[in-house]
Amino acid sequence: MTTRYEAVIGLEVHGQLHTKTKMFCGCSTAYGLPPNTAICPVCLGLPGALPVPNRQAIALAVRAGLALGCTVRQSSRFARKNYYYPDLSKGYQISQFDLPLNEKGHLDITTSAGTKRVGITRIHVEEDAAKNLHGAGAGTDTLVDFNRAGTPLIEIVGEPDLRSAEEAEAYLRALRDVLMFTGVNDGNLEEGSFRCDANVSIRPVGQEKFGTRCELKNINSFKFVRKAIEFEIARQEALVSSGGKVVQETRTWSSTQEKTLSLRSKEEAQDYRYFADPDLPPLVVDDAWLAEIRVSVPEPVVARRERWQRELGLTAYDAQVLTSHPRIAEYFEAASASLERALGGKLSRDKAGKRVANFIQAEALRVVSTSGLDASFPCSAERIAELLALVEDETINGKIAKDVFVDMVATGKAPKDIVAQKGLAQVKDSSAIEQTVRDVVAKHPKELASFKAGKAAVKGFFVGQIMRALKGANPALVNDVLERVLAEG
Amino acid sequence: MLHAASASALRERVVSGELRAVDIARSALDQIVGADARIGSFLHVDGEGALAQAAAVDRARAAGETLGPLAGVPIALKDNLCVRGVPATCASKILEGWIAPYDATVVERLRAAGAVIVGKTNMDEFAMGSSNETSAYKLVHNPWDLSRAPGGSSGGSAASVAAGMAPLSLGSDTGGSVRQPAAFCGLVALKPTYGRVSRFGLIAFASSLDQIGPFARDVRDCAIVSEVISGRDPRDATSVDLPVGSYVSELGRDVRGLRVGVVRSTLAEGCEPGVVSAIDASIDTLRRLGCEIVDVALPTAEHAVSAYYIVAPAECSSNLARFDGMRYGPRVESPDLLETYGKTRALFGREVRRRIMLGTYVLSAGYYDAFYAKAQKARTLISRDYAAAFERCDVVLTPTAPSVAFGLGAKTKNPLEMYLADIFTLPPSLAGLPAISVPCGLSDGLPVGLQLTAKAFDEGTLFRVASAFEHATDHHAHRAPGFATASVGGAA
Amino acid sequence: MSERISLDETRKVAKLARLALSDDELERMRGDLDGILDWMAALAKLDTAGVDPTFHAVEMVTPLRADEVREGLRHSEALRAAARSDQGGFAVPKVMEGE
Repeated sequence: MTTRYEAVIGLEVHGQLHTKTKMFCGCSTAYGLPPNTAICPVCLGLPGALPVPNRQAIALAVRAGLALGCTVRQSSRFARKNYYYPDLSKGYQISQFDLPLNEKGHLDITTSAGTKRVGITRIHVEEDAAKNLHGAGAGTDTLVDFNRAGTPLIEIVGEPDLRSAEEAEAYLRALRDVLMFTGVNDGNLEEGSFRCDANVSIRPVGQEKFGTRCELKNINSFKFVRKAIEFEIARQEALVSSGGKVVQETRTWSSTQEKTLSLRSKEEAQDYRYFADPDLPPLVVDDAWLAEIRVSVPEPVVARRERWQRELGLTAYDAQVLTSHPRIAEYFEAASASLERALGGKLSRDKAGKRVANFIQAEALRVVSTSGLDASFPCSAERIAELLALVEDETINGKIAKDVFVDMVATGKAPKDIVAQKGLAQVKDSSAIEQTVRDVVAKHPKELASFKAGKAAVKGFFVGQIMRALKGANPALVNDVLERVLAEG
Repeated sequence: MLHAASASALRERVVSGELRAVDIARSALDQIVGADARIGSFLHVDGEGALAQAAAVDRARAAGETLGPLAGVPIALKDNLCVRGVPATCASKILEGWIAPYDATVVERLRAAGAVIVGKTNMDEFAMGSSNETSAYKLVHNPWDLSRAPGGSSGGSAASVAAGMAPLSLGSDTGGSVRQPAAFCGLVALKPTYGRVSRFGLIAFASSLDQIGPFARDVRDCAIVSEVISGRDPRDATSVDLPVGSYVSELGRDVRGLRVGVVRSTLAEGCEPGVVSAIDASIDTLRRLGCEIVDVALPTAEHAVSAYYIVAPAECSSNLARFDGMRYGPRVESPDLLETYGKTRALFGREVRRRIMLGTYVLSAGYYDAFYAKAQKARTLISRDYAAAFERCDVVLTPTAPSVAFGLGAKTKNPLEMYLADIFTLPPSLAGLPAISVPCGLSDGLPVGLQLTAKAFDEGTLFRVASAFEHATDHHAHRAPGFATASVGGAA
Repeated sequence: MSERISLDETRKVAKLARLALSDDELERMRGDLDGILDWMAALAKLDTAGVDPTFHAVEMVTPLRADEVREGLRHSEALRAAARSDQGGFAVPKVMEGE
């Protein structure tokens, strides 16, 4: 009988806190600056320099904790993690160790198997290291850029509750959503502001004790996370099944070789000599500040999706698409609220929501671009509402609306102005329509005669003539009036 | 010998127009040139910078501006303080040639007060030592007896003032590094309450203990400069936001009824007879001034040396990790990274290496609880001892050091013997309390120091008692024999 | 007298602290540390049951800084202090992944 194994996976995620300046100094955190141009005595670890924490970074870290159901430790402690590496300017990283800022949270994930709650052990604040530019220097040099050194991070340590690569990916995506929707992190994997390490082990199904784990370092895309974990599970199963033993070690994912490779074994593991940072007294989040931060935590993205389905007539798919980015979600909410207001209750809320959702998905998203937590929209949400209001009150039809939107994007003009300038408004006045209908019918006695003789298709000829004369009108109205006039005749 | 006058007298004469700051600066620089070859107190003299600052003071006066409390007063700074554009080596080969690109907060405050920085003083390497003998560059000779140590680690700062090269200097005190050299060189020095003076720009030794403190020849000068450098700094998270108060206004105040706590048990142990008798006489003086003398006990103080030599090395092992040759300072180049680290860091001298090793060891896996955590708990007990003592008294009185200045080379063989020189200065350091050392007599022609310790942030009381004591005695008027030109007070 | 720290441990600590010590220096260091640790053993006798450690002798709370950009070091000034620099970066001996 062959033994069946299950995987045990825990993720450690580093998320950059979305601040203007670094964790312990006033240097900019802007991405992509020339090397070593956002540095100061503090982040460069010059003799005599001292750290002072960034209030906004702490607020964001607490916000993340609250959004992930953590208990916030109102007096936490900074600790030094000591090791040598050229990207570490002080010979230690300021982090938190025995008294982290947030503890005991959770995150619900959904996979093909359903919904599952995954535990979060802790979320602490720390500073990022500099960037080693390998192979960039002359000959054998490594070049170090300290612009990133000291960037504020949270480390989110997950419980080993995940059992498959699929769950791991779902967890990461859900976590990214939460962090982006709380404004804590910009979710940018390419720029490294959202990074993941995975602890992977296997054990025979039914066994409670964990197997020996391997740590997979720095896997920087959702695709690679899944592949790396799948590979690692398979590697460990093959190893154990053939009588081998998993060695505790740090491994890395090679995307070119599509496999995990050993970096260092436990024997070479560091002794970090953590101790309370004497430069930083206790970090206190008092009741008033905590309450203030609590109020700033927005509605959870999962709850928002559910509400939209319930109240705004969206499908699960619509809700998912419109929450692909926090700014898009806000845009949608603003546009549908604005449309509802503009129509003064003439359209039920769910219908207004559905119309806006359809239009944004079909037209607007094509011209929206996102970068980190920012997004640029072709026009304001209110303009979208104005445009859709014109459709709703039958000033223009849906097809014209698309053309008007193209114009809005190109010129930045208000939909009303475009419709007026281009004469796109449908004639809604039935007396005006009736006059035109009578004129057109009167001008074409031959066609009238053939209609009367039973050639129903001639009606189409009249509609065409009338529409041309009106330069746009509600086709249904035109039809009604025409039928009445022809019947008279 | 303008520089030999007190800081307060010099400032007064600059303000009145009687003296130009530039002339005072020149006089100080001349004295350095004339005397420092024998003393070794300076690692770097900034003549150009000093004259420029002095000229700025003179211009400010000519323009009718209000002059600061240290206008035109020369001051020497320990070489672990950063002054923009000036070398800072910590007397170590590992920082040889490094030029600080920024000013320490105390330097900014001194400049704003009109002080004239004349140079950087010799010290024990990275402030680790009690005799200034661990300097990688040169020895400092005690101006009272050139064959003796000036104390440490701020030995250069102390010797420069004692030899009349500047009326003031700044040192740093981690476990006694301003108080002990002040005692050895016959000066007044304050170790402020932890958090009172910003550490920004002070190259750290042990961050939870380090405080910058001044040396002066009298209590008034010490009070003036202490006031200037104290106060909250947003760049140091351990600097405390409490009003500093006027130290100068404490001078000359009555001390009748103040309770002085004397720790009898420690007095007998290991103290030279000359020190004991000077301290006994000082107690009598204070009693005569109307102080109430009470016995107090600091039972945990006997563990202070052990606790200190765990905590301070632990912090130093981490604080000195940044000296790796990667971003600044010399690098002993090797194609292998690990080797480059090791060889570069071998530029540290023997005592610094010893402390880095000790600190690394006590923080490493398996030893943290037995050593580091234990020492930090001992610290709590020492603080409790003081809390109990301060229920019964306003200041605690001890000798500053168990001996007068010892001979150069006398204690370099055995590190433990050197560590015991700090036995009286360590307990207040571990508890973060303010302590002042004032001259209290001579023993065989060498100065003895009296240490007074007060409650946290009660520097005012220290100045009050020190001032009354100074007024009642003439100990502070004694000058190092070969450098006696430093006549007291106003006479220039 | 029992040995408080072995030569092997001393070597490990030296590696952890990135101090290249010769065999002679290691042996001497071991002796120094042994003496100090032996003397410190007295601390073990101090009763600290139920006592909290002191990390900051004076009670204080970390002050926090507003999230505002401040001017730092000039690029040229920072790099001038480096042993070697290249293409705007601090040049260091080649770093192996995972070292």
